[in-house]
Amino acid sequence: MPVKILVVEDSPTMRQLVVFSLRSIPDVKIVEAEDGLDGLKKVQSESFDLAMVDINMPLMDGLKLISLMRQDPRNGNVPIVVVTTESGGEVMAKARDMGVNAFVTKPVVAGSLLKTVKTLLQEGSLS
Amino acid sequence: MATKGQQFLEMYGKVTEFTKELMEENSRLKSRVNDLIADRESFLSDGMQDPEESSLVRKLEELKREKQDIINQYRQIEEENKDFLNRYEEIAFENSNLANLYVASYQLHSSLDLNEVLQIISEIVINLIGAQNFGILMLNEKRGMLEPIRAVGLPIEALSEVKMGEGIIGSGAESGEVYYRKSFDRNAPLDVHHPMVCVPLKIKDEVIGVIVVYALLPQKEKLLKVDYDLFGLLAAHAATAIFSAKLYGDSIRKQKTIKGFLDLVTH
Repeated sequence: MPVKILVVEDSPTMRQLVVFSLRSIPDVKIVEAEDGLDGLKKVQSESFDLAMVDINMPLMDGLKLISLMRQDPRNGNVPIVVVTTESGGEVMAKARDMGVNAFVTKPVVAGSLLKTVKTLLQEGSLS
Repeated sequence: MATKGQQFLEMYGKVTEFTKELMEENSRLKSRVNDLIADRESFLSDGMQDPEESSLVRKLEELKREKQDIINQYRQIEEENKDFLNRYEEIAFENSNLANLYVASYQLHSSLDLNEVLQIISEIVINLIGAQNFGILMLNEKRGMLEPIRAVGLPIEALSEVKMGEGIIGSGAESGEVYYRKSFDRNAPLDVHHPMVCVPLKIKDEVIGVIVVYALLPQKEKLLKVDYDLFGLLAAHAATAIFSAKLYGDSIRKQKTIKGFLDLVTH
């Protein structure tokens, strides 16, 4: 079974960097979403092993998407990694309250992003 | 005098007695050592006489040597592993840097729309370099002025036009050399004439504009090697991307004008 990862990011540059980094995971299937609404549609139509979500996005922001994801019967327990420019503050606190599993702060370093994702996938497979 | 002599004789007697005791003890110990040596030799010679036991002793010696060899090899491999781990981390770090450079280069040439190109440059400077406040100024050749066309993290009105050759920005644009301020104070008020980085956008030796960075994101402590590489990449690729987008925009406008004119003539 391939590992399915959802990447919700409105910036094409960031999305490409994230996808490029995640491709080194063996047997991975990456589904891309351009904004929160697109992400929600994908969450409602298929199951994922992990989701990477940006916070500031048009149509639906990352926090709204995460709160709806947590209510989704299929993907409610999926580990979520938030990509953000903030290194602290209210948004991160809210995201943490919603059960976000990890944060990746910008500027993004492909290696550390991959490490975070691999750790969460490993924890998920162990549990 | 007689008493002293008597005391001396008594003491002499005691010393003699003590020396005798010591000699006896020494003799007893010597005899014990000889017994032990004899026992050991007897044990060894008996062992040698038993071929099975002798073979086991040899085997034991061999195993001891092998064990020592294995321990030595293990230590050597452990050292090699440490070297490999360090090398792996270096390569992983280089890979990350290359990924950033690849994505930046790919994205810069993914559009011919000037606004999109400027947006991509902004995304690279925010997401890959970690800048918080920065601007893009383009050269108006007729006026010899650098004009602000984009600002991130500060209002565009805050950026002023800069004459070529004047100040850090103008001099950087004229010389075509990237300017890096060695130290910066996060708490210092933003001064648009004193950026921490000024990157001239060049096509060959011709400067068409500059990117000026005033502050980094709070979590970004300093510029890294990959950031300098990214600035180098931006200097060349952002310039050609902007130039191509402008040319394309101009050609589309001209095409529309000609088409409109032809439509007017033919209808």
